[in-house]
Amino acid sequence: MSQVISSKGSSAAAPGTFRYQLKSFWSDFSASRGALFGLIFIAFVLLVALLAPWVAPHDPAMQDRAALLVPPVWHAEGSWNYILGTDAVGRDILSRLIFGARYSLSISAMVVVISMCGGIFLGLLAGYFRGWVETVITRVMDVVLAFPSLLLALGLVAILSPGLTSAMIAIAMVQLPYFVRLTRAAVIGEKNREYVTASRLAGAGHMRLMFNTLLPNCMAPLIVQATLSFSTAILDIAALGFLGMGVQPPTPEWGAMLANAREFMTSAYWAVTFPGLVILLTVLMINLMGDGLRDALDPKMKRS
Amino acid sequence: MLRFLLVKLAQLVPTFIGVTIVAFAFIRLLPGDPILLMAGERGISAERYAQLQSQFGFDRPLIVQYWDFLSGLFRGDLGNSLVTHSPVIHEFMSRFPATMELSIFALAFAVIIGLPAGVIAAIRRGKTLDHTIVGISLTGYSMPIFWWGLLLIMLFSGTLGWTPVSGRMSFIYFIQPVTGFMTIDSLIAGDWGAFLSALHHLILPAIVLGTIPLAVIARQTRSSMLEVLGEDYVRTARAKGLSSYRVIMVHTLRNALISVITVIGLQVGLLLAGAILTETIFSWPGIGKWMIDAISRRDYPSVQGGLVLIAFIVMIVNLLVDVAYGVVNPRIRH
Repeated sequence: MSQVISSKGSSAAAPGTFRYQLKSFWSDFSASRGALFGLIFIAFVLLVALLAPWVAPHDPAMQDRAALLVPPVWHAEGSWNYILGTDAVGRDILSRLIFGARYSLSISAMVVVISMCGGIFLGLLAGYFRGWVETVITRVMDVVLAFPSLLLALGLVAILSPGLTSAMIAIAMVQLPYFVRLTRAAVIGEKNREYVTASRLAGAGHMRLMFNTLLPNCMAPLIVQATLSFSTAILDIAALGFLGMGVQPPTPEWGAMLANAREFMTSAYWAVTFPGLVILLTVLMINLMGDGLRDALDPKMKRS
Repeated sequence: MLRFLLVKLAQLVPTFIGVTIVAFAFIRLLPGDPILLMAGERGISAERYAQLQSQFGFDRPLIVQYWDFLSGLFRGDLGNSLVTHSPVIHEFMSRFPATMELSIFALAFAVIIGLPAGVIAAIRRGKTLDHTIVGISLTGYSMPIFWWGLLLIMLFSGTLGWTPVSGRMSFIYFIQPVTGFMTIDSLIAGDWGAFLSALHHLILPAIVLGTIPLAVIARQTRSSMLEVLGEDYVRTARAKGLSSYRVIMVHTLRNALISVITVIGLQVGLLLAGAILTETIFSWPGIGKWMIDAISRRDYPSVQGGLVLIAFIVMIVNLLVDVAYGVVNPRIRH
């Protein structure tokens, strides 16, 4: 992991300016068609989520008693009024998917922010101070990693009572160790390099060394991990929703929509198919984007 | 080697203690009075309240409670389920073989397909076949497996009617449990019909549970094959005029397998997490479904016991993976 950072640092230092860096990053990133496609798709989903009240054809909570389990438009019984059909209580599936994107994306983004900030802070402490601080932090993270992620999240949700906030905290908690480990490894690799020593001799304090000197040079693997965490968070949020332990009905969350549609599986395939398809596509596109980011930030870095 | 093993074991001790503390804290972290919470909306008699309080030892100092919990753990005593009133350890043990059988079949499916797929993709690097395999494995890796399970049920059980929807075996068979593995028990009983029925019930859940490990194994095999194919000794082997089959099978694959084995071992935690979803979809009577039921019934002693036992299993398997890695790659030991 340490070489990853050093090679990035040296290539960035050569021609200098930030604009040059950004340009070379973009040319590496856009070299992968998959990554570019992923980026466009995610940008589209984000836009749709932001504009949900204007682009959604119906209110996601509106129940049309005259249109229960209406099939999608390409069926003989389908209608343009409900393009992807309706669910068992007559709600428009397309509108619910559009509003659901808001929940999935914003909760997952929060998860990444929480676990990344916490992980960077703990990882910096562990890698910078070493000694007992490092031992305590890594041991605690080992404990978190000893539990299968979904199980730990379920346990935490059981303590916090099911709901949006507890699902978010639980999944952030489960993601935390990965950021701690990456930051710690990167800091240890960078700590003894000349620019850090120079900065220390110039009189920089602990905080300045950690956050201003070391952290910017450790960001590459963390950015890649952030995309990976983002896609994992979407899957985990949906899994918790599916198990009835996450976002509670009638909130139009993708996983919860699947759980509601389950009993009508044989009679109304559309109610099951589309929410899952949206989850799969979103996660797939983020992973494609993550692969591109990884290749652009450093070709040596591997995701297993 | 012995020293390596002892060092690894010693490193597990703090994690072990940490896991027990987490499990211990679990019931005590529940907001509000844990006993009233477990009783739920029905309420609870004063008598039963006192009984439960002494059962959990909530009236004693925290450190004494922890010590009791820990010593109980070593005796295999994890308390009793609030729903069935039988010991948590028995509840766990009676369901564990079902999860284990499912996980073994899932992992076998993942390895049997994932390993050759990764090798083929590496050999055909940059060709259409490589792109197809990489694309499929990325899709598998991104799969919400609870949806994947529902789709497969809709297609194979619903439309085609080929596979059963739930359970481990058709109810027309009764097999005396010996190992708890339906496939093995039915073979011991010599009942071919039951054996086939058990396999029949295993197919879909094993595919669903094995999908993500399959994708991970295929990706890892491909990338470590590519890495080894670039090594000097592979070039030497080719230059010596060895057949390309021999170069790939003997010189490349064997070395590439070192990192693949580690990745396969690391799938166990993932399998146990995936088992929660898979077992829920297929009503598979294993520990995943048991944990979900325990959480929704507020059977907190069962949740606590399940947490600690599953963490132990993951820790032990990770230790075994480390040791196996040390055996195949002697450099690690020093």
